[in-house]
Amino acid sequence: MVQVIDRRLNGKNKSAVNRQRFIRRFKNQIRKAVRESIDERSITEIDNGEQINIPARDISEPVFKHGKGGLRESVHPGNKEFVAGDKIRRPTGAAGRGGKASNSGEGEDDFVFTLSREEFLNFFFDDLALPDLVKTQLATNVETRKVRAGYTRDGVPTNINVVRSMKSALARRIALRGPHQRNLRDVEEALEDARRRGDQARIAELEEEALRLRKRIAAIPFIDTFDLRYNNRADIPKPTAQAVMFCIMDVSGSMDETRKDIAKRFFILLYLFLTREYERIDVVYIRHHTTAKEVDEDEFFHSRETGGTVVSSALRLMHEIIVERYPTNDWNIYAAQASDGDNWGDDSPRCRALLTEKILPLLQYFAYVEIMPDEHQRLWHEYQKVREAFANFAVRRIDGLTDIYPVFRKLFQKKTA
Amino acid sequence: MTGKLLSESSEWTFDLILDYNREIARIAENFGLDTYPNQIEIITSEQMMDAYSSIGMPVGYRHWSFGKHFLNVEQRYKRGQMGLAYEIVINSNPCIAYLMEENTMMMQALVLAHAAYGHNSFFKNNYLFRAWTSADAIIDYMIFAKNYIADCEQRHGEENVELFLDSCHALMNYGVDRYKRPPRLSANEERNRQREREEFLQSQINHLWRTIPTREKDERANKEQRFPAEPQENILYFIEKNAPLLEPWQREIVRIVRKIAQYFYPQRQTQVMNEGWATFWHYTILNRLYDEGLVHDGFMIEFLQTHTNVISQPGFDNPHYNGINPYYLGYSMMTDIRRICEAPDDEDRHWFPEIAGSDWKETLNFAMRNFKDESFIAQFLSPRLIREMKLFAVVDDDRRRKLEVSAIHDEGGYRRVRKALAEQYNLGGNEPDIQVYNVNMRGDRSLTLRHHQHNRQPLHKNVNEMLKHLARLWGFTVRLETVDKDGHVLNTHECQLN
Repeated sequence: MVQVIDRRLNGKNKSAVNRQRFIRRFKNQIRKAVRESIDERSITEIDNGEQINIPARDISEPVFKHGKGGLRESVHPGNKEFVAGDKIRRPTGAAGRGGKASNSGEGEDDFVFTLSREEFLNFFFDDLALPDLVKTQLATNVETRKVRAGYTRDGVPTNINVVRSMKSALARRIALRGPHQRNLRDVEEALEDARRRGDQARIAELEEEALRLRKRIAAIPFIDTFDLRYNNRADIPKPTAQAVMFCIMDVSGSMDETRKDIAKRFFILLYLFLTREYERIDVVYIRHHTTAKEVDEDEFFHSRETGGTVVSSALRLMHEIIVERYPTNDWNIYAAQASDGDNWGDDSPRCRALLTEKILPLLQYFAYVEIMPDEHQRLWHEYQKVREAFANFAVRRIDGLTDIYPVFRKLFQKKTA
Repeated sequence: MTGKLLSESSEWTFDLILDYNREIARIAENFGLDTYPNQIEIITSEQMMDAYSSIGMPVGYRHWSFGKHFLNVEQRYKRGQMGLAYEIVINSNPCIAYLMEENTMMMQALVLAHAAYGHNSFFKNNYLFRAWTSADAIIDYMIFAKNYIADCEQRHGEENVELFLDSCHALMNYGVDRYKRPPRLSANEERNRQREREEFLQSQINHLWRTIPTREKDERANKEQRFPAEPQENILYFIEKNAPLLEPWQREIVRIVRKIAQYFYPQRQTQVMNEGWATFWHYTILNRLYDEGLVHDGFMIEFLQTHTNVISQPGFDNPHYNGINPYYLGYSMMTDIRRICEAPDDEDRHWFPEIAGSDWKETLNFAMRNFKDESFIAQFLSPRLIREMKLFAVVDDDRRRKLEVSAIHDEGGYRRVRKALAEQYNLGGNEPDIQVYNVNMRGDRSLTLRHHQHNRQPLHKNVNEMLKHLARLWGFTVRLETVDKDGHVLNTHECQLN
């Protein structure tokens, strides 16, 4: 007796719950691994799933067992040269000889598994949140709503539009009846004519013809599947929040490749972070030395200028672009500025004025990072004053690649309510 | 004898599976295999991974450790470091065998013969399985366990239950009765009796730990006596019945874990035999199919390749060597027994006078029914097979600088090799011998366990970790004394709860 059951349609992923439990249970270890991998890896690859290593001892499930030592005898296959009484050097390390050795080596290896992209980014952004998420609430999910969109020929019975269906049924009936009706009229006229003449054979013939035509007319169905009309509804995406991100970078002579590289990573990180919160993101690149210019990404990161630095030129350009293209009731605006702190002496107070009076009221957030400055200059001190006045303004200093992430986290730390 | 080919292509269909099953069942019956009814389930590879990580059971309670197992399997499978097992078979009545949809028709036939007739008949007839597991109740019991634990999570919080399960799992191997047969499982009765049991147990514990002073005389008598009077090997059972502070639901979880451990205990003791038996029969049955002309040459070549992979055994110095392959050892021994029965030589007649020349089906059946790995090897490993495998025994004594080869495949070494190999499959010798020794009833309620040392083998350094788990279950200080063979306490580990 046997029965064959097809289980393939039963859900897979029975273990999904257990997987989630595992991840929750070892949240701290995984977070640590994520942090380490970010330190070491290029941030441009951050958007992938990540292979995670956790020390196996942290997640081991202990049982009572023997440790090394004592006296034991084991049997192995494949003897080639040994005879009883031979002495062998004790193999070193776990990779030595099969079963026994690798058992005792257990616990040294890492437990390796892959986090999905979603899981990885969740850990990455775990306790971060965008400041002032008021406008972003709409953006977290793509929501749609149904709107009426005319009628269709197919649909489900509950959506039948009766009036429309009856209308088209009527039209069809009239159209199909037309030729027969006309023939019938002719036949009846001829019949009348024949009756008047008393032509019996002709009468019988015409009566039969009339009967046939009436039958045909009667056979036209009152309503046909062809007539049915259904109400149509279409999914229209609800308006979603959108953001624009301004990347402002100093490209004067003092910004060397290392500093640019750090700045780039910082921008990418911010971009990634924003992609999680916003459906649509525009990025505007502004580079400046003594004058500012809006450029594309490639030029932004790769061209090099010489000369002095006037930061306010970039801020002024940014303000112009906002006014021109990004009205605040439609856009969430973020800005990140990277610089080595150099600025033309008298320009810094002007920057402060620009920021406090014109720009910051329009912005969700402005982050300024100073990359490997030799010493803090006037710009830094002016910005400190701005920071005291505005909650959506942050200033940080970065001294190396590995500083980016901690600084980033600091900048966007969840505000403890 | 030529029959009509069952199928030409390597694609399988449901009808073909039934056709093959009919023929395989007929052949199996002719060979005298006694089986439970079969339930064959077709699953996908994802479902196979799911089944893997839930210890092969179709239902199981939720726990992170299964998630860990799953991640591990998934990772290795995706990187191609391991293939999935072609089959999983569950010791239940009816016996459930999983076939993967990716398999070819040949693989499905192989799995049918291997699992649905090989393993199946082993489950039904081996003495350990007959005595220790209740095949007809296990699925129901697993459902009961799953629901009960889910219910506990609702009532007492996921984290509480999870931590408690961690501790129970740590002691799982010490939750089995080795010598007395456990009562049969029945999910229904479990449910009905459970409330009753909760109340009764709780009242018992209260009695045991009552704090009203007793008379002097009792006290003196008690001082002489240890509790428990005899050392107890089933630590989880002892905790379930006697831990002072556990709540009823916690006792029930201890019970569930130990019941499941008990269910798997025979499988751990019969790996070589079970796999050997199933491999022997898929080989024999599929060859019979071929002899009868029911399958074609291509089928056989594909089969032989798979079969050869399954029973491959690299030598000790091969980088792929990972201990003795139980499929190979079991299959070779089964085949060897058949040879001894059918074509014994003088050596066989000398070593195995009772079975040389006997009916091979009866002899194999006898061996399958009445042995476990340890005794099976001790009884049936022949000198010829030791020579073929070139087995040798090595003594590792930490007081000597070098390892010593103690025996090889020669006249003087057969018995020693055989004894050492059998000992390797003795669960009792591989796991530290740890038993409940005493409870301090009058004082701090501490629990003392004793580890009886075997061949001076020390405990693994995770012992403190283990004591923490024990202390979580017991609720008071837990102490582990290591005792040498003369009864002297060598050292003591202790875990105090603060």
